[in-house]
Amino acid sequence: MNTNTKSGEGGSRARGMVLAAGRGLALAVGSLPLSILGFCLSLVSMALIPIGVGALTTPYVVKGVRAYAERRRALAERWGGVHIPSAYRPAPETVNPFRRTYALLRDPATWRDLLWLLVDIPAGFLTALLPAVLVFYPIEGLALPAGLWRVYVETPGVAYWYGFVPVTDRTSAFGAAALGAVLLVVAHRYAVRVHQVHFLLTKAMLTPSQAELAERVRVLTETRRDAVDTSAAELRRIERDLHDGAQARLVAMGMDLGTVEMLVDKDPEKAKALLAQARQSSAEALSELRDLVRGIHPPVLAERGLGDAVRALALRLPVTTEVSVELEGGRVDAPVESAAYFAVSELLTNAVKHSGAGRIWVDLHHGAGRLRISVTDDGTGGAAIGAGSGLAGVERRLGTFDGVLAVSSPAGGPTMVTMEIPCVLS
Amino acid sequence: MRVVLAEDLFLLRDGLVRLLEAYDFEIAAAVESGPELERALAELEPDVAVVDVRLPPTHTDEGLQCALQARRRRPGLPVLVLSQHVEQLYARELLADGTGGIGYLLKDRVFDAEQFVDAVRRVAAGGTAMDPQVIQQLLARRSGDGQGPVDRLTPREREVMELMAQGRSNAAIAGKLVVTERAVAKHTANIFVKLGLEVSDDDNRRVLAVLAYLDRDR
Repeated sequence: MNTNTKSGEGGSRARGMVLAAGRGLALAVGSLPLSILGFCLSLVSMALIPIGVGALTTPYVVKGVRAYAERRRALAERWGGVHIPSAYRPAPETVNPFRRTYALLRDPATWRDLLWLLVDIPAGFLTALLPAVLVFYPIEGLALPAGLWRVYVETPGVAYWYGFVPVTDRTSAFGAAALGAVLLVVAHRYAVRVHQVHFLLTKAMLTPSQAELAERVRVLTETRRDAVDTSAAELRRIERDLHDGAQARLVAMGMDLGTVEMLVDKDPEKAKALLAQARQSSAEALSELRDLVRGIHPPVLAERGLGDAVRALALRLPVTTEVSVELEGGRVDAPVESAAYFAVSELLTNAVKHSGAGRIWVDLHHGAGRLRISVTDDGTGGAAIGAGSGLAGVERRLGTFDGVLAVSSPAGGPTMVTMEIPCVLS
Repeated sequence: MRVVLAEDLFLLRDGLVRLLEAYDFEIAAAVESGPELERALAELEPDVAVVDVRLPPTHTDEGLQCALQARRRRPGLPVLVLSQHVEQLYARELLADGTGGIGYLLKDRVFDAEQFVDAVRRVAAGGTAMDPQVIQQLLARRSGDGQGPVDRLTPREREVMELMAQGRSNAAIAGKLVVTERAVAKHTANIFVKLGLEVSDDDNRRVLAVLAYLDRDR
């Protein structure tokens, strides 16, 4: 039993060693050219920013480097069991490449990636390659006395160096074999650990600093404050609408009915007129309440979910609107659903009011953990985030859910606004 | 006339029962949830069903779904759907099978008992009763581009069309607008010409034609 366990451990360790060597070799060979390419492209692209070209290319290069870094993070997790957190700021997807580039350069993660590439080219390569060397080099040493030495030692007296052992004949080849054996023992013991060192190095270079985590906290605090502010303002609006509208009408109705009670015998004609007035008041109170409810949480949204709510919204627009929905029959999380609905509603209102569009297309799609909505119109274009536009408000609301907004609206149109919110279907 | 009534709020259900009984309807059942409504519609074979859109247990559009399902089982089963709000989306779903006997009204319409009961009778007889809000939404959208045939109607013709689209007969429209029935007939003929619709004597088909026209490029 005991022996079995031991040989089992030894076997699994040997497997680990060979695995580490194979993966190390693949990593070293695969990552070196990519790291060099990423580093050089980044340098060139950033150097070209002053003449404008760099501003166009940098967002793409940075995006590529980030994707590559995420790849390596995933590999570290899968092969080394090393979890490396990532904290990139969402890139603002504005139309202006300079603003995008500026925002990317302000993100410390961009510079950290660059430094990592610089370190990864020599140190990452070496630590990835070392386990492979430790495992594969001893094979040569062991093969030397078996006759391989003849291939290397062509002229007698000129030594072939295996490590620090000069090989001149079969006898000295055994010395090489001994060194190979020692190396193999070392490999058996340390290959997996050295392999691990590579991932730990990657982790040391790629882990976001405290400052970035603090930055993330700051962003979250800000979006939370925005959310609280907006909901507080909403509550105030609702309170005011109820107070000035429905509540006042109901009071007036009660008074009218009181008067009717008194008049019903004395002056039936006047009582009848007051009754009609009371009925009118109640109808108006109802219609005000209905509008209020629609502003808080639209009934169709509650009854049918986002897809049909947007369809119902489209039916009320004066502009022909096509809606296509791909939500796999599921419902989006309630808070996201509501935020998305009001965002779409705002975008459609904008499109109808300002774009001069004759047709609007709304596309709802959920995939890969993200809800993606695009609103396109064939209007005159020229929409932009900021400058007091409604789009800034939409962007802020989406920020609460880590959602992003992208606007493409060249002068002359068409305008396409895309929103993306991370969420799950239920 | 036997009615099945579905409404989850006790006060409203009670009020509707009293109102309908006052107008000599027989209440076959007054239920408060979707499953109960389903059973009542299947077993009691009412002449007309008056159904709230939102019912327990889901508190979503359970009532509407029950009504649509019952009409699939028994085509033309007259159903009057009541709601706190009216949406074209639901109106279209109700009218989709084209068999008539459909009503879709705001709950507020029960304020005018006379008109409400008239709507119930019309639906029971296989006609339609569309809420003016649905019609107005449709008209508002049609006039968006400013050049549609709807925009060529005179104000009086528009009034006539609104009432016609709600499901009212020429006699009822004449009464409402205080004109002669002959005048209404002339207006409707003009409307049909301007909208390019087939003339039909059947009240119900007339409404469906108008609605289909208004809704055509959806």
